[in-house]
Amino acid sequence: MAKLSPLAQYALRLGDDSLILGQRLGEWCGHAPALEVDLSLANVALDLIGQATLFLGVAGETEAKGRDADVLAFHRDVLDFTNCLLVEQPNGDFAQTIARQFLFSHFQELQFEALTRSSDARLAAIAAKAVKEVIYHARLASDWVARLGDGTDESKARMAAGLDWMWRFVDELFVMDAIDEALLKQGIAIDKAALRPAWDARVDVALADAALARPPARRPVLGGRNGHHSEHLGHLLSEMQFLQRAYPGATW
Amino acid sequence: MSVSLSDTRAHNGSGAISCDGEECARVTQRQLRAILANVPDPEIPAVSVLDLGIVREIGEHAITITPTYTGCPATLAIEQSIRRALDEAGFAHVTIATTLSPPWSSDWISDEGREKLRVYGIAPPPKGADASALKNDAPATCPLCGSDNTEELSRFGSTPCKALWRCKACAEPFDRFKCH
Repeated sequence: MAKLSPLAQYALRLGDDSLILGQRLGEWCGHAPALEVDLSLANVALDLIGQATLFLGVAGETEAKGRDADVLAFHRDVLDFTNCLLVEQPNGDFAQTIARQFLFSHFQELQFEALTRSSDARLAAIAAKAVKEVIYHARLASDWVARLGDGTDESKARMAAGLDWMWRFVDELFVMDAIDEALLKQGIAIDKAALRPAWDARVDVALADAALARPPARRPVLGGRNGHHSEHLGHLLSEMQFLQRAYPGATW
Repeated sequence: MSVSLSDTRAHNGSGAISCDGEECARVTQRQLRAILANVPDPEIPAVSVLDLGIVREIGEHAITITPTYTGCPATLAIEQSIRRALDEAGFAHVTIATTLSPPWSSDWISDEGREKLRVYGIAPPPKGADASALKNDAPATCPLCGSDNTEELSRFGSTPCKALWRCKACAEPFDRFKCH
């Protein structure tokens, strides 16, 4: 993929995070442990895919080469995806899915809250719209972390294992690279690193509420923003992109 | 100035009417408003797109709408229904634009819309509630029996804009329009 401008790349990252997590949650549709949970996860997935459509739309518009949100979603291969590694991690059991959602939604809420003050009016408008929804996601995830963590021995063990699996992908959420720094100077991007203390505080409160210990620090795994993904993303894309790969340009 | 049937008769099928200037614009806007008042929400047909507050601006040549939720699948269906209604009424030249800002709020649902929701069996969101009401912790009023003795079953319901509740007085489950 040709090198994108910093703004297009930034919008692409925001969109890819939402798209991949939305697709992951969609895998639960019809398989969740209870009907209410099925509805919850599908609704969160819808919100995320809605965000992705908007952010990828900005990326395509900024790139100005005729690629719209659909083309960006369905006609890029794994190396061109810029989502963080956390969102592409497999669903695992329900607790592992909730762990991923919990860690990401609290980050996303803080991120969008800050992005509402972006000097790019489009990004600010999407963030203002989406943050209201993400508050719901974060709360839903925290509620489940508490219910599972402070539940039976079995649910507690699974919740702890889910958090342990996901924890090594947390640091990447807050990493600032040259693109972030350049856009931060222009007031477009937000300072992700500065969100860490607020995120830590929120997560610690929720974990205490759930009677769970904070997982020990792990060596962080990085690379998603530059297209270096885990093996899981390729499998996700093969399912998500199948139709457009088999029948390029098909519409309905 | 009141808008009567003659306004509808006056327009010639392309939406153009025999008047000029500001008055003409006002007449067109009222006609458009009347058309939109009859376009139902695809998922909650008891209320119109006007009742829901998703129509942000009615101009002489353009209508601006806003989505309720970013991922709401009804958004596209709503735009298509509005398009069809405008075309059928001879306003094919009126364009539809979508805006995200300011973000839609359930406070924009009209009082009439709230009452229609309640009659339809959906507890309407409290109006003017502060941000903490996003959590929807305050009990909903059962739209069926009017009791406040209710509980949340699921924060996410049959559509993105609704949560699932149950009345402990009459034991009926009901949808609650989320405060957003």
